[in-house]
Amino acid sequence: MAILEVIDLGISFGGLRAVDNFNIKIEKGQLYGLIGPNGAGKTTIFNMLTGVYKPSEGKILLDGNNITGKTTVNINQAGIARTFQNIRLFKKLTVIDNVKVGLHESFPYSTLEGILRLPKYFAMEKAMNERAMELLRVFDLDLEANTLASNLPYGKQRKLEIARALATNPKLLLLDEPAAGMNPNETQELMKTIRFVRDQFDMTILLIEHDMKLVAGICEKLTVINFGQVLVSGDTTAVLNDQSVITAYLGE
Amino acid sequence: MKMIKNLISNKQNNSLKKNMITYGIVIVFYIVMMILQGTDSLPNLIQGALVPLCIYVILAVSLNLTVGILGELSLGHAGFMCIGAFTSAFFSMYFINVIPNDLVRLLIGIVIAIVFTAFFGALIGVPVLRLNGDYLAIVTLAFGEIIKNLVNVLYIGKDANGLHFSIKDSTSLNLLEDGQLIINGAQGITGIPKTATFTIGIIAVLLTLFIVLNLINSRTGRAIMAIRDNRIAAESIGIPITKYKLLAFTISASLAGMAGALYANNLATLSATQKNFGYNMSIMILVFVVLGGIGNIRGSIISAVVLYLIPELLRELGDFRMLIYSLVLIIMMIFSWSPKAIEFRKKYSLKRFLESKKSKREDA
Repeated sequence: MAILEVIDLGISFGGLRAVDNFNIKIEKGQLYGLIGPNGAGKTTIFNMLTGVYKPSEGKILLDGNNITGKTTVNINQAGIARTFQNIRLFKKLTVIDNVKVGLHESFPYSTLEGILRLPKYFAMEKAMNERAMELLRVFDLDLEANTLASNLPYGKQRKLEIARALATNPKLLLLDEPAAGMNPNETQELMKTIRFVRDQFDMTILLIEHDMKLVAGICEKLTVINFGQVLVSGDTTAVLNDQSVITAYLGE
Repeated sequence: MKMIKNLISNKQNNSLKKNMITYGIVIVFYIVMMILQGTDSLPNLIQGALVPLCIYVILAVSLNLTVGILGELSLGHAGFMCIGAFTSAFFSMYFINVIPNDLVRLLIGIVIAIVFTAFFGALIGVPVLRLNGDYLAIVTLAFGEIIKNLVNVLYIGKDANGLHFSIKDSTSLNLLEDGQLIINGAQGITGIPKTATFTIGIIAVLLTLFIVLNLINSRTGRAIMAIRDNRIAAESIGIPITKYKLLAFTISASLAGMAGALYANNLATLSATQKNFGYNMSIMILVFVVLGGIGNIRGSIISAVVLYLIPELLRELGDFRMLIYSLVLIIMMIFSWSPKAIEFRKKYSLKRFLESKKSKREDA
């Protein structure tokens, strides 16, 4: 049973056909890459998967449940979490608070219990702190727990974004250009982190990336899109050697 | 492992300590004022300013919840204060003979004012919070004015047949001979018993601080601040935006209603004018919040006290007081925001001074 199955997904903005007839099937535990030239429609697909855009047609099945057209909040609760191309952290909150916002649904107590400081508040906050620190430790951020998120160096901000997404306990993690703006060393480390997340959390990951080294290094399967349509799908090595893919990137 | 645990508990202790200092400032202020009052050494001018002082502190702290924590610029805060004021004044007048105990009547009036304002806060919040930025500011400004103007044409009276409402004039209420006109349009409500005291004001301030500070340091507060910092990211990790925006806005409004209730019961005559419930007032509260530091609760308290007391104390100077007031505004602005001043404050802060003394002692 596939974790994510997308059938004939399409969206138009006015007269522009941004994505057309997009199909993808991701098995549990897979590291799946979505690549394509600039403007091909990769982020648009992410935005449809997470409910930011409502698809004009097609179906999105997460673990067999139809989540097409649901709101972003409901889709996250159904089990999809994401990171962003341009980092979107809660800048004025501390590192640990960023993760604790991600744990919002997992450790519930009411507003009134929070204001009146009832016993449930203390119990839940304690459990939340422990869980948040566990997550931060995985990403080597535990010593910076009380720093403001905006004061972290770039590479660590990327990591914190992944930690925050994982805090929501997703079935599927979407990474939008995780290596953007990173130097080769940081990219190497990121590859390790992504693989580690997959193994440690038993996670299924779909990522958009331009860095071919990263894609070739960690993705097991790839889908290439161009002008909003699927060009090729399949195993990484086969796809990267496909003549039509090389043409799409480099021209005739 | 141990270090990590220390880190967490340190942080919680820090926020707890900060909150305790904030409560402490308020309580010490109260004690000092009570001692001065007891020894008859408090000038009349300040004596009369004590309850308004509490009111402005509540208004500044509650507006900071919307502006600093939720991150939405609201210019209609005085409107909610107006609703609270008229609700509790109406209650006081209606039940003046039924509930003879001043304190009980005042407290019930305050509670009803809070509930009523919360209702209107939510009602106005639903359409308003769909907007953001400048648009939200303009629409809240408009709602503030609408509330004030609606109250100005409201006529309510009671007689043996019950309550009578009108938005035309007092004669169209058709009151019986023994009827009593409670709200008389633009003339407002007259003859309200003056029941608000400094002690109740301070309790209201502490209650406001308790609600706002505990809210900030809870799951709900984090969600609200996450929405402020990045709406799209908050949505992507499952935070229901509308719910928390509305919650913060409603709590902020209801606290303004409480301030209004105190305001009404501190005056004999209550009418909605440009000066007390118009946008002048909303802007003045916003000035308190901005100069005290957006999102800084203790700053709001201090700036509300300083900026309210200065014009009061300078009353003798007549028109010159606004000159001094504006100078104080500029000085406070520089002191709270310029990088040089922040550096200076860090260098010569009391905390650092105490710590350096301690370490010197340890060295010796």
